[in-house]
Amino acid sequence: MSDQTLTTRTIVGLEIHVQLQTKTKMFCGCPVRFEAPPNSCVCPVCLGHPGALPVMNGQAYRWAVLTGMALNCAIARHTKWDRKSYFYPDLPKNYQISQYDLPLASDGYFEVQVGAGTKRVRIRRAHLEEDAGKNLHDTGNCTLVDLNRAGAPLLEIVTEPDIESAEEAYVFCIELQRLVTHLGVSEGVMQKGQMRFEPNVNVAIESQGREYRTPIVEIKNLNSFRAVRQAIEYEAQRQTAAWRENADYQLGTVPNENRGWNADKGVTEFQRGKEAAHDYRYFPDPDLVPVEVSDVMLEEIRAMLPELPIARRRRFAEQYGLSVKDAETLVEHRATAELFERVVAGGAPAEVVGKQLVNVWLKLANDRGVAVTDLGVDETRMAELAKIAADGTVNKTAANQIAEIMLSRGESPRQLAEELGLVQVQDMDSTRRWVEEAFTANENAVRDALQNPKKMQAAVGFLRGQAMKGSGGKADPKLLGELIEERLARLRTGS
Amino acid sequence: MASSLDEAAVRHVARLARLKITDTEATLFASQLSKVLEYVEQLNEVDTRNVPPTAHALPVSNVFREDVVRASWTTDQALHNAPDGHDGFFRVPKVLDQESS
Ligand SMILES: [Zn+2]
Repeated sequence: MSDQTLTTRTIVGLEIHVQLQTKTKMFCGCPVRFEAPPNSCVCPVCLGHPGALPVMNGQAYRWAVLTGMALNCAIARHTKWDRKSYFYPDLPKNYQISQYDLPLASDGYFEVQVGAGTKRVRIRRAHLEEDAGKNLHDTGNCTLVDLNRAGAPLLEIVTEPDIESAEEAYVFCIELQRLVTHLGVSEGVMQKGQMRFEPNVNVAIESQGREYRTPIVEIKNLNSFRAVRQAIEYEAQRQTAAWRENADYQLGTVPNENRGWNADKGVTEFQRGKEAAHDYRYFPDPDLVPVEVSDVMLEEIRAMLPELPIARRRRFAEQYGLSVKDAETLVEHRATAELFERVVAGGAPAEVVGKQLVNVWLKLANDRGVAVTDLGVDETRMAELAKIAADGTVNKTAANQIAEIMLSRGESPRQLAEELGLVQVQDMDSTRRWVEEAFTANENAVRDALQNPKKMQAAVGFLRGQAMKGSGGKADPKLLGELIEERLARLRTGS
Repeated sequence: MASSLDEAAVRHVARLARLKITDTEATLFASQLSKVLEYVEQLNEVDTRNVPPTAHALPVSNVFREDVVRASWTTDQALHNAPDGHDGFFRVPKVLDQESS
């Protein structure tokens, strides 16, 4: 049946683990630190010593509820903790504390922008659990175990299988990262394993008026957005090919399985079958008391809910007239978005502030590997720079130069502009002189600008650049452009 | 409804707990564990129709801790009772596929 045409639809549900950025672990006071020396952040509780008793981290619980609210979930008024039993060296107690039948949040949804449209993905549940430690396998006949991570708070978010392509899954994961970093509940850094993704993938195949579904494959432990997209794309193709090969490759006939993503080869690889449903022997943890969420607690947490990234992006574009792209960049980090609004509130024109933040300040911050709020530049000074750029005191090039100098000096941008001779010169005579000089020094470019249609635009640009350079960056670019055009027009008519 | 544990169930639970048991032990444990279940089943005699189900016996909830770091153990303390360690790690026999047994 290999040449018949079929239509396929990819079906994806996601399980996402988000590490919360609490200072301490879920059930003990050990710090959560990435790359600490092995077994230096452990205690009797997270090592599972007999008699040690866990106590809930209130911050982790509140942040988990906050995330649940942002995901439009119903927040459970009563929850408890369960033990999920399994045996593996990175799990010192031989069980993981998790929430089984009473997750703290359920039945929500999360909307993401896919192309021009909005995609709503239902959230089945979100619950808290503790992370496992780390096994290092590559040492001969032994496994080395570091339990620093054991007990770190993890929020597991499970979606309904509403995602219909690798691209949608990719966008969903990115938007979820924006959400949790915006909420301030997680740093969301992939490289530190603070977000891990497990897509469940199968394919609905329509052939000759009938629909077939392939077995569901769970792809384990993806830790980059790219891997999510590639693994789902690969898996959908692999399953469709497997069905073409053998029509018995169907849900219910062939067991579901777990596969791992091999990034080097760009393929998923079989890990284990799922014929026997996992037997985790869940039961309520007798060491931990239940949680009752009161009205007061619920309202306190709801008050912490900030404007969410999607809404903020839309508002920035509408309220401040920013381009969609600039709005997106500004909202990427909550601190940047809030900085933008504070600078604008300082009386600077929003459009210029937006452009300067995106094109100047964020670039300077990236070059230095710091957050834009950590550049050490006073916000009122940022507002001033936007103002003197907007009112024409300095041109764009000069503003960029001044911004860089502001990193090391505390004077006002206006003072710096004057001191460095960067105040824009509107004077007609001076500007005309710079144009003359550029024309005299660059006869070839002038010839191209007049006679060579292919090079005309580049030549004019070049002349403008030379004249600006001659002005020491002080010329008004608009006036400069006008005078160059005027001069060229005169040469053309031979006057 | 007297429940009992047969040998197959004992072997299954032992496998989940990664315990190796002999046939003799399976027989022995099946009878011992069945007796334990029988004993606990006395609770079924109590009429609980008007008692709401609960997962906990204590009338306590919401025991939270502030998110404040407390001293952890030193690595030496952590590894003190471990059968084997290496460079600050616990060292255990190589882990094979976690499903195989
Ligand atoms: Zn601990």
